[in-house]
Amino acid sequence: MAASPEPYDTIECDVLVVGAGGAGMRAAIAAAEAGCRVTVVTKSLLGKAHTVMAEGGIAAGIGNLDPEDSWEVHFADTMLGGQLVNNWRMVELYAHEVIDRVLELERWGGIFDRTEDGLIMQRAFGAHSWRRLAHVGDRTGLELIRTCQDKMVHTEGVEVCMEYTLTSLLKSGDRVCGAFGYNRNTGAFVAFKAGAVILASGGWGRMYRYTSNSWECSGDGAAMAYQAGADLLDMEFVQFHPTGMIWPPGARGILVTEAVRGEGGLLFNAEGSRFMLDYDPVKKELSSRDVVARSIYKEVKAGRGTPHGGAYLDVRHLGADYVKRKLPSMYEQFHALASVDITSQPMEVGPTIHYTMGGVRVEPDTAATTVPGLYAAGEAAGGLHGANRLGGNSLGDILVFGRRAGDAAAEFAKTTGATRVINDAHIVTEQADLLLPLGGDGNGSAAGENPYKLHEDLQLAMQDDAGIGRSEESLQRALAAILALRERSTNIRVAGGRALNPGWHTCRDVTNMLVISEAIVRGAIERRESRGSQWRFDHLEQEVEFGKVNFVTRRGDDGMQVVSVPVTPLPDRLRPLLERSRFYDPAKLPKGYLTETVPSDGTKRKKK
Amino acid sequence: MAVVDQPTPTVDAPVENVLTASGLTGETLTLKVLKGVPGGEQAEVAYQVPVVAGMVILDAVHYVQHNLDTDLACRWNCKAAKCGSCSAEVNGHPVLMCKTRVDDLPAGPVTVHPLKAFPLIKDLVTDVSRNYEVNREIPPFTAAPDDGTPWRIPQQDIDRLYEFRKCIECFLCQDVCHILRSHDYSDRFYGPRFFVRVASLEMHPKDVLDRREQTREEGGLGYCNITKCCTEVCPEHIHITDNAIIPLKERAADVHWDPVRFVGRKLFGRNGD
Repeated sequence: MAASPEPYDTIECDVLVVGAGGAGMRAAIAAAEAGCRVTVVTKSLLGKAHTVMAEGGIAAGIGNLDPEDSWEVHFADTMLGGQLVNNWRMVELYAHEVIDRVLELERWGGIFDRTEDGLIMQRAFGAHSWRRLAHVGDRTGLELIRTCQDKMVHTEGVEVCMEYTLTSLLKSGDRVCGAFGYNRNTGAFVAFKAGAVILASGGWGRMYRYTSNSWECSGDGAAMAYQAGADLLDMEFVQFHPTGMIWPPGARGILVTEAVRGEGGLLFNAEGSRFMLDYDPVKKELSSRDVVARSIYKEVKAGRGTPHGGAYLDVRHLGADYVKRKLPSMYEQFHALASVDITSQPMEVGPTIHYTMGGVRVEPDTAATTVPGLYAAGEAAGGLHGANRLGGNSLGDILVFGRRAGDAAAEFAKTTGATRVINDAHIVTEQADLLLPLGGDGNGSAAGENPYKLHEDLQLAMQDDAGIGRSEESLQRALAAILALRERSTNIRVAGGRALNPGWHTCRDVTNMLVISEAIVRGAIERRESRGSQWRFDHLEQEVEFGKVNFVTRRGDDGMQVVSVPVTPLPDRLRPLLERSRFYDPAKLPKGYLTETVPSDGTKRKKK
Repeated sequence: MAVVDQPTPTVDAPVENVLTASGLTGETLTLKVLKGVPGGEQAEVAYQVPVVAGMVILDAVHYVQHNLDTDLACRWNCKAAKCGSCSAEVNGHPVLMCKTRVDDLPAGPVTVHPLKAFPLIKDLVTDVSRNYEVNREIPPFTAAPDDGTPWRIPQQDIDRLYEFRKCIECFLCQDVCHILRSHDYSDRFYGPRFFVRVASLEMHPKDVLDRREQTREEGGLGYCNITKCCTEVCPEHIHITDNAIIPLKERAADVHWDPVRFVGRKLFGRNGD
């Protein structure tokens, strides 16, 4: 007779939303407005999700300051920034709809800084052709999350479960029909039975040592999707934000918003030279993030770094009043954490892991993953940003595709997802796995591997060998380290019981991060070129053949598989739009299908 | 209150790891954390933590979790004073742990206790769910019908609202407010955070609702006797008392104590307002 599971609570809803950042809340609002009962599950308290860390603004081609701007130029900038391996349809939908999403946010009570005419103010940002980012000071993410939060809690049909962790998706046949997890505060198991599930669980930076990400960014959503058979896309593309704090040690990695450069902040090396003039004479400090991050890295490697190994970011010339008004939280952050007054002293900054372009592979229009009943939106999903995300494109992403995922999941839940079955056999296994670190009886045992130590070892391996610069050799070293850590993780043990035990919670975080790290490294090995955030010391050039493919990671019978899938070329109607970008240069197009023509004899040759 | 001592790591050979790399000062901090669960005895546990340059209390708590006590519960998220999760009482003062520098505190042991005004869940984590219930009771932003044209709002209106919108919901003001902390009037008093919330709605130039009467009646605005404790602890430096609560009191008084309206109310009941 099959074993029966430990008793668990069951919460049923039409649409289950995993994550309560901007994407999750926008999805919940959409699904509830479509008539569904929605349950939103978050690992933290409501309003604390990583969206609050977004500072600079929401990119939208409204053109309040620069009438030349439009969705078309925004489309072009985003495609070129992503090095043309983005999913063009996602970019089209995004650039179109983000304008409405910004105006909608305002109609929901969100506030933005204004122009002299009282319209929404827009600021310059890296690799955007025009002043485009709607913002309020340097706290736009907080404004977005609070606005969505207030809208959502007053929307009929939405329930929020705070401080729950989900550990696996529940399937009925091929279809996802819920998720399993536990209440973090009590340790009690709970099954969420749902007609459709939306992963809005954010990205994964915590496997790196220096990151702007919070503890939550462990890639649970992508790991659960992978385990459930969904495709992951572009996992090798991990964004280093060029400017993170580098001193003091505890603050290392904390984000210094790109708005500092957007407002006119300049970068200098230790010799006082404004080095971005050499690396990108056109866009200078406002080059794309991959370029600026690599430039700082190169300056430090060349011996021109600051005392703590970074670059100086200087806003003194902007005037103290302006800095305090437009960059208030940066002023406060450096004052409190580093004892630096940014109005009279330069900031020391260096690259920090910030964002993951890769994610669960989705249909552009519906955010549907490759598994029926499962949807993904926001940073958890891949495809929009290609090889490099432009600043300001994440807050828009979460609103546009959060809403689309909510609409599509609601439709699915009401039709195919109307019957929902929970498979107890899976739950028996999952409970045993989860309880294993506690010795299986919930009483705990302190012998065995410490989950925090495993996490630290993983961070070192990823930072050193799968970080801003990579090579075949370093990536193979990282892969070996990950596989060794996976072995050690089978002996992970913690003291204490199930009630609010952070050590216990970290156990599953670590196994999830091991899965995602393996995907990052395997993808990076396959992409034998440098493109966007992927910088290979052993393949410094872009290659045409890799510009025509994305790498997909999926679970195979013998472990993780990485396969290449063709990039869908831009349709003729959109191709001319690229020229609308101020940064379009036909001689410097990202290599791929646009730089190659197929002659009549069928053999391929490179153009130029 | 019992004090339990943990084994002290050798200070000569402090643990060099992700949390202490490059920056050890050679000093050791005694961190006394109040541990416990509801219904059980709370006890201060003393931990010895190697001090790193620029260390904040949350760094020290993380060191304990990683190296000395993996079961020690605390809330945190952004570690950059932007999310308001890691509120605690350090040396008796309600603060964000991520923003409280060890070198700003007096020499000697540092105590870290959970917020006192909220029910305990475990160790440094308390049940703040009441705050989320209050937020649901406040009628949300309600705009005038959309005429399809872009909104034009003067920057000075945004500047006024921005102070309120900076709130990161750390609930330190709710913790320190004596109406909630000493009198436990959470069933009849919204608390400073939510007067800030109401103020941000009332002063929004495009909002059309009037929440003054509700804030006075259900929110218990009158209980506040403007001691400004909330303003003092706000990590976002919001002038809670001066810019939110006092203007709300004045507006509520306009409704309630206007002599003409007072007579109207007497004659026609509350709807006579």
